[in-house]
Amino acid sequence: MSVLDSKIPAGSLDKKWEQYKFNAKLINPANKRKYEILIVGSGLAGAAAAATLGELGFKVKCFCYQDSPRRAHSIAAQGGINAAKNYQNDGDSVQRLFYDTIKGGDFRAREANVYRLAQVSVNIIDQCVAQGVPFAREYGGLLANRSFGGAQVSRTFYARGQTGQQLLLGAYSALNRQIAEGNVEMFPRTEMLDLVLVDGHAKGIVARNMVTGEIQSYSADCVILATGGYGNVFYLSTNAKGCNVTATYRAYKKGAYFANPCYTQIHPTCIPVTGDYQSKLTLMSESLRNDGRVWAPKKKGDNRPPHEIPEDERDYYLERKYPSYGNLAPRDISSRAAKQVCDEGRGVGESGLGVYLDFSDAIKRLGEKVVRERYDNLFEMYEQITGENAYKTPMRIFPAVHYTMGGLWVDYELMSNVPGLYVLGEANFSDHGANRLGASALMQGLADGYFVIPYTIGNYLVSQLGKRPGTDHPEFKKAEAEVHARIKRLLAIKGRRSVDSFHRELGLLLWDLCGMGRTEKSLQRALKRIPILREEFWTNVNVTGENEELNQALEKAGRVADFLEFGELMCLDALQRRESCGGHFREEFQTAEGEALRDDEQFAHVAAWEFTGEKKPPIRHTEQLEFENVHLATRSYK
Amino acid sequence: MNFITSFYNSSIGKKWIVALTGLVLIGYVIGHMAGNLQIFAGPEKINAYAAFLHSLPGPLWVIRIFLIVCLVLHIVMTIKLAVENRSAKAQKNEYQATTSFKPAKATMVLSGLVVLAFLVLHLAHFTIRSIDPRFHELPRGEFDVHSMVILGFQNVWYSGFYIIAVFLLCLHLSHGFQSLLQTLGINSKKVRLPITYGGQALSWLIFAGYVAVPIAVLTHHLTLVP
Amino acid sequence: MNLKLKVWRQKNAQSEGKLVDYEARNIPPAASFLEMLDILNDELQAKGEEPIAFDHDCREGICGTCSLTINGIAHGPSATTTCQLYMRTFKDGETIYIEPFRARSFPVMRDLVTDRAALDRIKQAGGYITARVGSAQDANSTLIPKTAADLSMEAAACIGCGACVAACPNASAMLFVGASVTHLAALPQGQPERRERALRMVRKMDEEGFGNCSNHYECEAVCPAEIPITVISNLNREYAAASAREAAI
Repeated sequence: MSVLDSKIPAGSLDKKWEQYKFNAKLINPANKRKYEILIVGSGLAGAAAAATLGELGFKVKCFCYQDSPRRAHSIAAQGGINAAKNYQNDGDSVQRLFYDTIKGGDFRAREANVYRLAQVSVNIIDQCVAQGVPFAREYGGLLANRSFGGAQVSRTFYARGQTGQQLLLGAYSALNRQIAEGNVEMFPRTEMLDLVLVDGHAKGIVARNMVTGEIQSYSADCVILATGGYGNVFYLSTNAKGCNVTATYRAYKKGAYFANPCYTQIHPTCIPVTGDYQSKLTLMSESLRNDGRVWAPKKKGDNRPPHEIPEDERDYYLERKYPSYGNLAPRDISSRAAKQVCDEGRGVGESGLGVYLDFSDAIKRLGEKVVRERYDNLFEMYEQITGENAYKTPMRIFPAVHYTMGGLWVDYELMSNVPGLYVLGEANFSDHGANRLGASALMQGLADGYFVIPYTIGNYLVSQLGKRPGTDHPEFKKAEAEVHARIKRLLAIKGRRSVDSFHRELGLLLWDLCGMGRTEKSLQRALKRIPILREEFWTNVNVTGENEELNQALEKAGRVADFLEFGELMCLDALQRRESCGGHFREEFQTAEGEALRDDEQFAHVAAWEFTGEKKPPIRHTEQLEFENVHLATRSYK
Repeated sequence: MNFITSFYNSSIGKKWIVALTGLVLIGYVIGHMAGNLQIFAGPEKINAYAAFLHSLPGPLWVIRIFLIVCLVLHIVMTIKLAVENRSAKAQKNEYQATTSFKPAKATMVLSGLVVLAFLVLHLAHFTIRSIDPRFHELPRGEFDVHSMVILGFQNVWYSGFYIIAVFLLCLHLSHGFQSLLQTLGINSKKVRLPITYGGQALSWLIFAGYVAVPIAVLTHHLTLVP
Repeated sequence: MNLKLKVWRQKNAQSEGKLVDYEARNIPPAASFLEMLDILNDELQAKGEEPIAFDHDCREGICGTCSLTINGIAHGPSATTTCQLYMRTFKDGETIYIEPFRARSFPVMRDLVTDRAALDRIKQAGGYITARVGSAQDANSTLIPKTAADLSMEAAACIGCGACVAACPNASAMLFVGASVTHLAALPQGQPERRERALRMVRKMDEEGFGNCSNHYECEAVCPAEIPITVISNLNREYAAASAREAAI
C-alpha cells in the first residue's frame, strides 16, 4: 500500500460527498470557539475559508503579504466561473462538468474530487449572487452565461471581464463581516516564512511583519495554506509580482509532499513579450476566443501588416486542426499550436513570437457595439499596453505561464500528508489534473473555501481539543531561529547582483528548458544549471538594507531563494514523467500529428515528492489514479 | 434629537446644510433680480413693489431673518468643512497639479468671501442707507427705489465693484448650482450634463439680469425721471 | 529615453521625507512606469544603495496596489493605474516628480508606500451583504433587471486603490464609499441592510479622518476604474434617507 491515502469515501461517485458529509464528525458549537485556525493567503480559497470558518464560530487568523486581503491575485481572473447550472438548457449537468474537467485535465485528476467540485459548483453561484456579486444578466433578469475553452455548453458565469475581481470582493466582503464581528483577525503585510510542526502535526507558522521586520510565531490547532501557485518560478508569468512558492515550499521542506510540480499551464492568449526589461506578462481573457479567430500567415516570414494578407494566405490553424472545437480548443492545445506555428517561422510581430487574434469577422457579424459590450475593457487594456487598437487591427497574442496545476498533495479532505495541514485552491494539486479548463480556477478556489473545508476540517479538529501548543514551545523557537538565521545570511552576502537579475535568469532558463516543450536533454541541462545559479545566488546576491524595516529587496530575496530550489524539483518531476499529458509536453512522447501522447500504463498516477534533506534527492511517491466512471480516452478536440 | 446632532456632525450632514441653504439663497438671488428688473418698467412699478414689501413688516422680517440664518449657516458650515478638509490633507504634494483647471471650483471660497464683503456694502448702501446721504431725501419719498438705484449706480466705482461682485457671485453659482444638486443626491448619468450646463446657463442669465441695471444707468438708458 | 526623476524618499512613518534626484537612463518607451523604476532600482542595488520602495502587485491594473502620484496627479497622466502607464507617454529628457498617495488617513510607511488600511476598515464597517454560506437560494430565483445589474457592476468595479483620496484636495474617500454603497444598494439582495450600511460606512469614513467632497471631481478624473461621481450623489441621498429613517424609527 502506498504511503498516500487519499481517503476517498466508498460508494458510487455521485453519493460519495453526501456520504462523506453524513459520516463527518461534527464539533459542538460551544467548542468551536476553543479552536484556532491559521489561514495563509486571502484569495478566493483563503478568504472564503476564513469567512466561512469564522462564521461557524472558529477563531481564525488570516495572513496575506499584500496590504489588503482584497488584493490577492484571484482578483485578476477575467473570464468567468463554471457551474453546472444548466440555465441555458443546452445539455449541461454535474456529470458533464465532471467529465469535461477530467478530460480537460488529461485524465490525471482524482475522479472523486472532481465530481465533488462539479456538485458544489452550483452552490457557489447561489452563494455569490446572495453576497451581491453583480454577474452579467439578460434583459429578463436571468443570469447570463457564455461558453469557454474546452466545453461545448455555455456554463460560464461572468461579471464583465472582471469575474475574479467580483468573486474575490464577494469573499472579501464576507471576510470583512467576520473581521468586524471579531471572529477573524486579519494580518496584512505579513509573510509566512515557515511552518511549525509539533509532534508531526502542523500547529503554527512563523511569519515576518513586512513593515517592522518583526519575526513572530503564531500557534493554532491547524494550519490552512491557500497561497496560490508557483508560476512566478518562470519570472515572466501572468501572476502578480508578489506571488511565490515560499509557503508551500517551506511546508514541503517540513514534510508535506509536493505533487506534480511539472504540471504548469501556459495560457494561449497573452500579450507577447517586448523586451528584457519586461516584468510581467498580461493575459487577455480566454473568453476572447469566443469571438476572435486565431490565425497566422501561411507563408514563413510574411511580415506584411495583417490587413494586407489576403484571406487565402491566412492559416486559421485552430479551426483547421480542431474543426469541432476550433478557436475554443483547450489551453494546452491552443498554446502548443501557437508554439508550433512560431517554431515554423510563421510567427508575427517584431520578435516573431506571436499569432493574430482577429475580431474583424465578429465585428462584421455582431457589430462593433456588441463586441465593445463584451470585451471593451480587454480591448482597452490591450491598447494601453501595446498602443494598438484591436477594433482596427488584430491583436497579437502569445502563450505565457499562467497557472500551476501542481501543488501540495492533499487527500479528499484537502489535508496534506502532514496532519493538521490543509491546502486549498491553486496551492494544492487536486482537481485539474495535468491541465485546467478555463473558468475552473475560480470554481475550485471557492469550492474549497466555502463548501469543502468547512465540512472536512472537523474530522481532524475533533481529536485536537486542548492540544494547541503555545508559541513558547521549543519547535517554535527553533523555527524562529532558523528564519532569523536565513535572513541574516541573505543580508550578509552583499554581492554584486540584484535579486531580480537572478530571478530573471532562472525564469528564462526554465522557460527554455522546462516550458511549453520539454525533453530529457533539456531537463538534464536545467538540472545541471539550476544548482550553479543557486550557488551564485548565495554568494553574489546583493540584498540591501536590514531586516527591521520595510525591505522589499529582502522580501524578494527570500522568495527567489525558494524558487531556486523549487525549480529543480519541477524539472526533476518533468524528467521522471516520461509521457506527455496536458500542460506537460515531453517532445519525445507525441503522436505523429504532434499531439500529447499519454502513457496510462505507467503514469496514470500522481507523483508526490518527499523532501529528505538538503542536497539529498527527494523521494517520488505515487498515488495510483483509479478511473471507475470514465474511460481513459485519447483526448481529442478535433 | 440625537439624530440631528449625528447628522449635523457627519460630513454629509454638513454638506446637506450648505446645499439646502445655498438653494434658499439662490432662490433669493433670483427673486431679488426679478424685483430689480422692474426698474425698466418705470418708477411707479418698482416703487410700488418696494412699498408693498414694506407694508408687510411681519413677513418681511421673518424672511430677512430666515435669509440671514441661511447665509450664516452656509458660511459657518463651509468654514467647518474647510477646516476638516485641510486637516484631512495633512501634507500637500510637492508638485501641485490638477487634471484640469476649473476656475469656478477653485475659487468657491474666494468668490464667496468677496461676495460677502460686497453684501455688507450693498446692504449698508441701499437697505440701511448709511453711505449715501442723498438716499435720505429722495424725490418720491422713502420708497423711491427708482431714484435711489439710479443715483447709486451713477457712481462708476460703485457700479464697477457691483459688476465684479455679481460676476463672482455668478461664478460661484455656476459651480454651486450643480454642486448643490449633487449634494442633495440629484444626479445621474442622464441628468448630469443638463444639470451642469443648465446651472451654468442660469448663473449667467442671473448675471445678465443684475448687470443690466448698472450698465443701463452708466450708458444713460436709465435716467432719473423728474 | 532619459529622464530626470524627483522621488519622495522617507525612511519610515516616523521620519521626515524629501524629494531626491535620480536619473533614469536608456529607458525603452515600451516599458511601463513601474518597469522604469525596476530598472532604476536594479542600478541602485548594484551600487549598494537602497532601492526605492513602492507598492505594486498584479501589474495589470486590477489589484489596486500600485499608488504613485506622478507630476502631482494620482496614477499619472493617463486615466489608468500606475502599472498601466507606459513610458511612451513621457518626453525624452522630461523631469518627473514621483510622490506617494497623500492623505492624513494614508500615512507613509516608507518612500512611496502608504498604509491604506483605512479603506479596509470602512468596508468592514458595513460594505457587505450578510449571506451565510449554505443559506443562499437558487441564483435565478430573484430576477435582477439588466440595468440594475449593470449599474451595480459599474460601481463594483472599484479597485480600492485610493487614487480618489489622493487626488481630492480634501482627501475625501467619498468616491470609494459611494461606489461601495451604490454597488450593493442597486441590488435586491442589498436592500435589508441598505440604510444601516450607508450610516455605518459614512460614520467610519468620518472617523478615519477623510475629508468631505467639495465637488471638484478630481477623483473621477483619475479613477482607473472609471467610477462616476454620480455614486457620490447617490451616497449623499442614501445617507440622508438613512438618517431620516433612523430618526423616524
